[in-house]
Amino acid sequence: MSGPRKNRTALLFLGAGILLMLIGGFRGEIAVVLQKAVVICLECVGIG
Amino acid sequence: MDKKPFKHLRAGVQSAFTALSNGYLVGFLEGKIYTGPTKALCLPGLNCYSCPGALGSCPIGSLQAVLGSRQFSVSFYILGFLMAVGALWGRFVCGWLCPFGLVQDLLYKIPFPRKLRQLPGESALKMIKYGILAVFVILLPLLAVDVTGLGDPWFCKYICPSGTLMAGLPLLASNTLLRSAIGWLFAWKLTILAILLLLALMISRPFCRYFCPLGVLYGLMNKVSLYRLELDESLCIRCGKCEAACELNIPVLTQQNSMECIRCGDCKNACPTGALRSTLDRYRREKKTGDTCRSGCSR
Repeated sequence: MSGPRKNRTALLFLGAGILLMLIGGFRGEIAVVLQKAVVICLECVGIG
Repeated sequence: MDKKPFKHLRAGVQSAFTALSNGYLVGFLEGKIYTGPTKALCLPGLNCYSCPGALGSCPIGSLQAVLGSRQFSVSFYILGFLMAVGALWGRFVCGWLCPFGLVQDLLYKIPFPRKLRQLPGESALKMIKYGILAVFVILLPLLAVDVTGLGDPWFCKYICPSGTLMAGLPLLASNTLLRSAIGWLFAWKLTILAILLLLALMISRPFCRYFCPLGVLYGLMNKVSLYRLELDESLCIRCGKCEAACELNIPVLTQQNSMECIRCGDCKNACPTGALRSTLDRYRREKKTGDTCRSGCSR
């Protein structure tokens, strides 16, 4: 794959990634992440 | 650029990014974590959201949280984030922005009687991380749910040494209530951490090479990411200095954009003719000279 084609592929993935993030945001996934991230994750700590 | 300033530059960027993304110092002092709105955003590296200083979330932890929730069986938010970051940088994140990568790099700098370029069974060991991603990050959180429909973050719970180091140890050191609750799971995770830290004295980046699921996801984008490496065949003298400089033992001459490459830049820094360069280097040079692409830009 040539350099310019790789760049176009990367930009396509970048655009698709941003679109997916927006879709995830509208679905309410950000709230799930925030809910998990603002309390101490006992599993991560090793308490379970 | 001379080799030493370059090494210092990378260590400086790694340290600064780790400090900035874990800048909630009160958390370390009081044994608690930051609870502000920036926690909804992911950090690019393996940065545990239960680290007392963390101002953002770990993408792998977040992915498991969404997959293990009652509402969702796929996470567009996290997959989109990983895709976007991967498309921009690939595993540059691993080499320059991941806090656990920094820890391993620092340990590898410590003199040790025997430094290894690879472990026996290297090829098989490298496959472990793909299994960890599939089983511990995706399948188990998604499918092994309790009666309420919630799944555990299996990777965080049973494997992640970054969580043990960045979240477990600082929180337990400053929070007596948590300290009273530790049991066999903490001992298990501490053992994993100890083995990896010991390995990191002998071999460069053992966790990234063999176990990191985040590296797998970014590595998938290495070949096409906007930031990638290029070899100008017309300048290459096949001296092999790039391959000798690669601490991850990647055959740089044939695979500049290997999925294993963490974009540390040691190879291009070792190149005596400038044949090996990044897309960013080429862009800078073209901008400076107003020159159009030479042979390298078609790769």
